[in-house]
Amino acid sequence: MTATQTQAGLALELDAAPAMLYIIRDRVSTWCRLEGVETTHTDRICLAIDEAAANIIRHAYSGAPGSLRLTGVSLKADDRHQLILTLEDDGKQVPLDTIRPRDLACVRPGGLGVHLIREVMDEVCWTHRPAGGTTLKMIVDVTSLTTPDTKESTHA
Amino acid sequence: MREGHPNTLEVHVDATDDRLVIRPVGEIDLSTSPSLRASLQTALAGGTCPVFINLAAVPYMDSSGVATLVEALQICRRAKRDLSLVQLTDRVLSIFTISKLDTVFTICDDMNC
Repeated sequence: MTATQTQAGLALELDAAPAMLYIIRDRVSTWCRLEGVETTHTDRICLAIDEAAANIIRHAYSGAPGSLRLTGVSLKADDRHQLILTLEDDGKQVPLDTIRPRDLACVRPGGLGVHLIREVMDEVCWTHRPAGGTTLKMIVDVTSLTTPDTKESTHA
Repeated sequence: MREGHPNTLEVHVDATDDRLVIRPVGEIDLSTSPSLRASLQTALAGGTCPVFINLAAVPYMDSSGVATLVEALQICRRAKRDLSLVQLTDRVLSIFTISKLDTVFTICDDMNC
């Protein structure tokens, strides 16, 4: 089995503020494009990261100042291509069993973020860090969603 | 680089006797949805004519934007007023599809729906 981790990963540390979401989407989009992920799926990945970051701003920090860290690793092994994205905050630890999608049959404003994250990502896991804060790890398989030309060049 | 160019949203409102057209311009996320919400609440106060929210100039929307539009839909339903979303980009339409709200809203290609 061969595995290749791309050299140019994604690493961001930003204020946990709504105005930063625009920058997060821009950076994630650029990184996905460099990794050869096709546009439609890049858009979905940006949406999932936006929703995850917005949840941190609203629930972990409740609008108070704070920071969030986003890292992304591209892993290629045996013709599979996965993106592993990790989002960390130092805010309030929300009980993990309360982080779940709501019933979509109930039409009301809000509560869609977790549903959207789970729809886009193949694996999603929230954990509390002993020192405080929360880590969200997301894995998405983009094997069939990577354009052939870029896939070749990133393997080189 | 986008730093130094904050995400901004403009909301244009065109009211005639027979319809109200609301046209946001810009990306709708947690930073701009409060502005859209305020504009919608003002525009939807009173009146009974059909409402069209034209999303042609909205390249991106997250769940805070969807929540704002659900609120607008609820306001219109209470006032027995039709509300339609028109000219959605594929990217924006996809969030309504993923969240299964594409069957809750009236979504049209143009304002003749």
